Amino acid sequence: MDSLTWIAVASIVMAGLTTGFGTMGPALAEGKAVAVALTSLAQQPDASATITRTLFVGLAMIESTAIYCFVVSMILIFANPFWNAAIAAATQAAGK
Amino acid sequence: MRLTPDAWIFWQYGFFKLNATIVFTWALMAVLVLGAALITRRLATGHERSRWQNLLEIVVTGIVSQIEDVGLKEPRRYLGFLGTLFLFVAASALATVVPGYEPPTASLSTTTALALCVLVAVPLFGISGQGLASYLKSYLQPTPIMLPFNLISEVSRTLALAVRLFGNMMSGAMIIAILLAITPFVFPIVMTVLGLLTGMVQAYIFTILASVYIAAATRSAASSKPKPSPTAAA
Repeated sequence: MDSLTWIAVASIVMAGLTTGFGTMGPALAEGKAVAVALTSLAQQPDASATITRTLFVGLAMIESTAIYCFVVSMILIFANPFWNAAIAAATQAAGK
Repeated sequence: MRLTPDAWIFWQYGFFKLNATIVFTWALMAVLVLGAALITRRLATGHERSRWQNLLEIVVTGIVSQIEDVGLKEPRRYLGFLGTLFLFVAASALATVVPGYEPPTASLSTTTALALCVLVAVPLFGISGQGLASYLKSYLQPTPIMLPFNLISEVSRTLALAVRLFGNMMSGAMIIAILLAITPFVFPIVMTVLGLLTGMVQAYIFTILASVYIAAATRSAASSKPKPSPTAAA
């Protein structure tokens, strides 16, 4: 296989794996966070405003890592510098 | 497949590109400023007030109460900065109902600019609240060995703010675009509703995180508690 094929295969496979594995950890962590928040809401309903706000802030922090993985996947698919460079080199070689 | 509204260029002259991000940002600014100017032209203080003024008052008092909950003592001092952050990000998410619109916060440039504003505002508020020496000393808490880590955490917080907002808004726009190509019926509308929800949540998160950072910077070293107590104001 030539280098163009290698770059394509690596990018596609890693793009899928990045989002696939990268979202598992945050999903588990968010489930735990919501479960504990629900327990504390049941125990202290009058602190619900604070608990809800802290829950949302915590969920956003946890979500960030999943979003980093998603951004890396998008870069691999749509803004891949190695693919662009390889395509440019290939068209230059074909044009000569 | 357009990744960000930066790639949608309306007009170009040499180095300067008028892309969709700039156009939609200025359009949002015009709507917010003109709308607010029109509504607050004749403010009523009695019980008779227009419903638009009521709406603005609800929004403003809601933001003030949230800022106070986070632990900032004089919420009106920070209302200009934090309120603007919230209103801009929320308006940029809400305007998705207009067809042909792409939120400017789906561009990494916009979110980086907003995160840089927070990066500059936190030391400014910290110094004006605590004094320069006390604020600089806070970087040496709890031990002077933590100085590089505190500095790195400042940078990484800013980066996380920018990428979080960008990732959320970009993924919302992208999934709508992809679904429109595949199933042009009910599903794009459902995903648009989800995008509206996440946009509002992200606006709230951005503002709350900025206010938490400012609260951490303005808390004087003498009365430093680990967290602002939530039941103290009750």
